Amino acid sequence: MITVNNLTKRYGKTTALDDVSFEVGVGELFGFIGPDGAGKTTLFRILVTLLVPDEGEAFVDGLHVVRDFKALRLRLGYMPGRFSLYTDLSVEENLTFFATIFGTTIEENYDLIKDIYHQIEPFKKRKAGALSGGMKQKLALSCALIHRPRVLFLDEPTTGVDAVSRQEFWEMLGRLKNQGLTIVVSTPYMDEARLCDRVALIQNGRLLSIDTPANIEAGYRRPLLAVKARDRHALIQALRAYPHAYSVYAFGEELHYTDARDETDPEALRQYLVTEGFAQAAVRPIAAGIEDVFMARMQEQGEG
Amino acid sequence: MAIIVVEGLTRRFGDFTAVDAISFTVDAGEIFGFLGANGAGKTTAMRMLTGLLAPTAGKAVVSGFDIYTQPDLIKRTIGYMSQRFSLYEDLTVRENIRFYGGIYGLATRVIKEKTKALLAKLNLEHAADLRIRSLPLGWRQKLAFSVAVLHDPTIVFLDEPTGGVDPITRRQFWDLIYEEAAGGVTVFVTTHYMDEAEYCDRVSIMVDGRIDALDTPGALKQTYNAPSMNDVFVRLARGGTRAE
Repeated sequence: MITVNNLTKRYGKTTALDDVSFEVGVGELFGFIGPDGAGKTTLFRILVTLLVPDEGEAFVDGLHVVRDFKALRLRLGYMPGRFSLYTDLSVEENLTFFATIFGTTIEENYDLIKDIYHQIEPFKKRKAGALSGGMKQKLALSCALIHRPRVLFLDEPTTGVDAVSRQEFWEMLGRLKNQGLTIVVSTPYMDEARLCDRVALIQNGRLLSIDTPANIEAGYRRPLLAVKARDRHALIQALRAYPHAYSVYAFGEELHYTDARDETDPEALRQYLVTEGFAQAAVRPIAAGIEDVFMARMQEQGEG
Repeated sequence: MAIIVVEGLTRRFGDFTAVDAISFTVDAGEIFGFLGANGAGKTTAMRMLTGLLAPTAGKAVVSGFDIYTQPDLIKRTIGYMSQRFSLYEDLTVRENIRFYGGIYGLATRVIKEKTKALLAKLNLEHAADLRIRSLPLGWRQKLAFSVAVLHDPTIVFLDEPTGGVDPITRRQFWDLIYEEAAGGVTVFVTTHYMDEAEYCDRVSIMVDGRIDALDTPGALKQTYNAPSMNDVFVRLARGGTRAE
């Protein structure tokens, strides 16, 4: 559905996208995971024909993003990170507007948006500017879908959204995917990576990895231990002082300790912590998550 | 010793009760996580506690000052930073520090000393004369935090300080929080990252304008028989009926 070859985009001296290549298959739910400023929005703007790359080329649904931009716009849906609907128009007027400019009607494609639009329909006479954050998001998604696109681009739809609403939003995406839509989504939340078929980790305009979430996690090369004790701050210092420590990061109630050697000895580490005054320290081997991998890649690139 | 005391604090907007008789205390030096779904009333509560919005009913004393009669003294005593607004993008790092130091009435000599120490601590000496807009988000957020505590506030209010920040910088940011808390500053923080809820000494969870739970992360997980704070949060917030 999407083929990207060696895309580069610069703004003055800043390289926002640096030689990026990847493919997205038909019907895939594909995620770009990375912090603000990683290049996600620049990439999305190129793919939805709003920005021209400096180098490289990209095809979406077989169409060239620069040469065929007019034809391509009819086939893609785009929900930008910043709310971009008409705040002075009502909910219904916004939706009618987007349907009309794409030469269709709300009725014609109602089945596709029903699940989402249904939730804001009671407020259809309200001006879009007066909607709450969650309702704005649902309206923006409805407007991006109303012309029945073949591929949907969602730029950080869950940023600043609470954990419950995030979960509901991803359930909505799952249902859209089941209807055959290809979905490309970006997020700064590492835990959302698991909900994608495949993900690309992106940082400083470069792709760090592209694979299924499971394969990315399995690619963590060093031994990883979860460590728990009282006084997290002191524990971090003690673990960082351990001679074999490669990295030590807080992870919720535990710390994740990565050993610089090929093998690690959890019991030896526990003994060390006991001598350092952490009598209750618990140490157990764990499998890496996406966030572990992301930080390791950052560290390898000398950005940590 | 309690540095924030809140009793029955309420704020209504017309018929809508944004904050519904909340009561809690925060101890000096504590890292207090103030959680809730979008629209649960966190921002309204925070605006009252920082002296920016008058309550409809109830009492609150922040750093020894009454929120009804002494809001300006509160503003002078606290620090504040948010994800949306923190530093002036068109000013340089050094100018921002001088600007905020000046606002809080620090002497020029003190500002100079603090600028030097702050730049050294954040390894930002090379960037002192760069405009904020040219800095990566992570640097900005660490700098914004350091500027928010420049005048040695008793309490610093942080409104989603780490939104969109990369995972390593997010953790470095929490190192700064721990450091300030160890130095006696009270930290009052909101976040949507549930792993960060675990880093707090105590956590409150707002649902539909009320505080439905308040305890240490460990005790909350036990009470709700949940493996993580994310599960605790989802369980409580799912009960909310308010369309945010």
